[in-house]
Amino acid sequence: MQPGELTPERFSSYPPLAKQLATTHILLLQQLPLAFLPLLLREVIAYDWKFPAERRDLDNQFAYLAGLPADQLHTSMQPFAQLRLSPELGSVDWVNSPAQFSEKLTAHLWTTHQIEEFRTASVEYVHKLNAATPAEKLPTHRLSLIILGEGVTENRYPLFRKLRPQGVYLKNVNAQDGRRILLDAVAQRAAEHPAPFAHWYIDGATNDPLPRDGVTCMNYSSLGEVRATLVNKMRKVMQPGGGGPELLRTMLAQMRPEELGLQGTGDVGVLNHFQVSILTEGSGTQLFSTTFVQWSAREALRRAQPLTLLARFAPRLHEQSMRELIAGTQQKPVPDPQGSLIDADMGAYYTWINQQRLSGAEQSRFLVWFEGHNEALVAGPGFGRGVVDSSAIDLKDLVSHLT
Amino acid sequence: MTFGGGARDEETFMPEGQENIPHLLNELIPQSTFYTQVINRGILGHYVATASLATGVYETFNNFAAVSPENPTVFEYFRKDLNRPATDAWVVAPSNGFAHIGESTHRAYGQGLGAGVLLPKRLLSAALSSAGESQYEHLLRDNYESPLYTPELTGSQLDLHEVAELLKLSVTDFTTHARNLASPDELSVYVARQLMRQLAPSLLWITLHDIDIAHSGTYSLYLEGIQRTDRLCSEIWKTIQSEPEYAGKTTMFILPDFGRDSDTDPGGNGFQHHRTGDSLSRTTWMMVLGPQVRQNVVVDRAIESTDLVPSLGRVLGFSTQLSRGKPVEEVS
Repeated sequence: MQPGELTPERFSSYPPLAKQLATTHILLLQQLPLAFLPLLLREVIAYDWKFPAERRDLDNQFAYLAGLPADQLHTSMQPFAQLRLSPELGSVDWVNSPAQFSEKLTAHLWTTHQIEEFRTASVEYVHKLNAATPAEKLPTHRLSLIILGEGVTENRYPLFRKLRPQGVYLKNVNAQDGRRILLDAVAQRAAEHPAPFAHWYIDGATNDPLPRDGVTCMNYSSLGEVRATLVNKMRKVMQPGGGGPELLRTMLAQMRPEELGLQGTGDVGVLNHFQVSILTEGSGTQLFSTTFVQWSAREALRRAQPLTLLARFAPRLHEQSMRELIAGTQQKPVPDPQGSLIDADMGAYYTWINQQRLSGAEQSRFLVWFEGHNEALVAGPGFGRGVVDSSAIDLKDLVSHLT
Repeated sequence: MTFGGGARDEETFMPEGQENIPHLLNELIPQSTFYTQVINRGILGHYVATASLATGVYETFNNFAAVSPENPTVFEYFRKDLNRPATDAWVVAPSNGFAHIGESTHRAYGQGLGAGVLLPKRLLSAALSSAGESQYEHLLRDNYESPLYTPELTGSQLDLHEVAELLKLSVTDFTTHARNLASPDELSVYVARQLMRQLAPSLLWITLHDIDIAHSGTYSLYLEGIQRTDRLCSEIWKTIQSEPEYAGKTTMFILPDFGRDSDTDPGGNGFQHHRTGDSLSRTTWMMVLGPQVRQNVVVDRAIESTDLVPSLGRVLGFSTQLSRGKPVEEVS
């Protein structure tokens, strides 16, 4: 089927809000090329489970496309329309399985050496879209707080190497009750600027209690059964004769919270859809808690665009323990605090990068603290860059400058 | 030898990465002609990219499919043109997915003209009773991109006892030695050394893969993979210098199959994957060592991954007529 043949009935199996969005814009959708439309529908079909920021972005995208005069819409879509697609792609049920189409399109673009053209077209489209979208006014600056290093007593790894050029490396931080100070800061910001999914706390072990509601919490430990169920399903598909990687990708893309024992409706449903996506789309998130925290932080920033994010990295399993887990022969899990510290150090850097991609980046603040030690790094307006500071400072005072 | 699995310049030759490659930097580069820019313009999947290195043509098949390359491999050029026996060209490869890399489907070459392919993990698996496998899990992991995936073997394979006979190695010795090895690449290098000692093939291709643990998102394990690969490259070069069949008359090429995504490309997640096709993931290096190779020479001119096969052809004296690359001028 080609986009011009779309009718409202084609969206009958979409969830309610997604169906409404698609049918409202059916005339626009009919004009979009096949190399573009299913990728847009991949977002539309998940509209009911998206965070408020994502819905706003998608609404803005439709407003942008619908507002373009016919000749400009044609010009804007021309780089996508010029891509050479195979007849097989047109036969995929791209209305109901846009993620599968996307997988096949990606493979096709690689094998036909058109991936660069597609990439260039996409970057240009996003630039134009962003330029045409009104800037979002934030109620306060964004803040990311990272805790890493639990279980490490002595460390020789040079921490924050990649972050040091971006901020102040503090070597003498009094951080007694540090975790509590940071948790309280998150709770305070949530109380001052309440909004759904605007304040997050992601933990690589279990969430510490927060003094108030209003913070979206997720953690690695509470998803243990979900992870085990998922790994079992993956193992079955990946065994010889089970279907292999392509079937696995399809299975994971279609996985719903209910299939993993999680509620799929309401605000909890939105969070659970997100958690399932972390485990099904993120490589290594099912097995390593450090990867789980890094990828969750990245996706929370990209999708929910929160005002506040607290991410705590906990020790992950030693590699040998992970291999035993995959093989189903694990006896006693062995943690790897030092390796986890190195993972988390890179994870902190990536979290800073991801925060910088959001609106208001020039005003955003960032702190990473080596738990149980007196090292930290802080970045944001008012702080220097590439500075090393050995003077004594209380973490509480530092946080008060950030919030 | 492929420094395989995808390593970025940031963790290798850039200043802050140099601590991970002391052997390359201090031992091998001073003896080598070193190409600082090798561009891979093909598909960035390990099997298809390694096959492209071996054919000198950017292959376009599905990376996860158990298929042979479409274009003749360097092994076929070598054996057909120089009339070499099957025992003179071998591949030691990291996973079942590489089982077909030794021989293409090309009509003018293909069946019977390729290299023997040894899959050490497959051999180890065959040597073990299922009850004994748990001690060796660290060596049997097949694929880092899909950690639960072990591709099914298709086509004809050498069986365990044939290989044991070839390598003059008892199954018991093999499994006993394997128990003390730290990773699949250590196992590959162990098998490659046995091959060098027993058969002394003129053309030996070793593909390493431990670095691809990066797909798990664990930066520390990725760094460990690079450090181990660095050491194994040095060990192979030392073996070459110490084996009479190789010493003083062997050229070694070392190059990665490709890099990994940059930290700043929003389409990726930094070191974890090689999906964006950005310049960091496409730009690597190549090192050539040997008696006819000028030492301590750095070439900054950009070359392509597909230039490897014609360069090998020039060194060993065979035609690589269907390869798309060009031989590098500095090595002959």
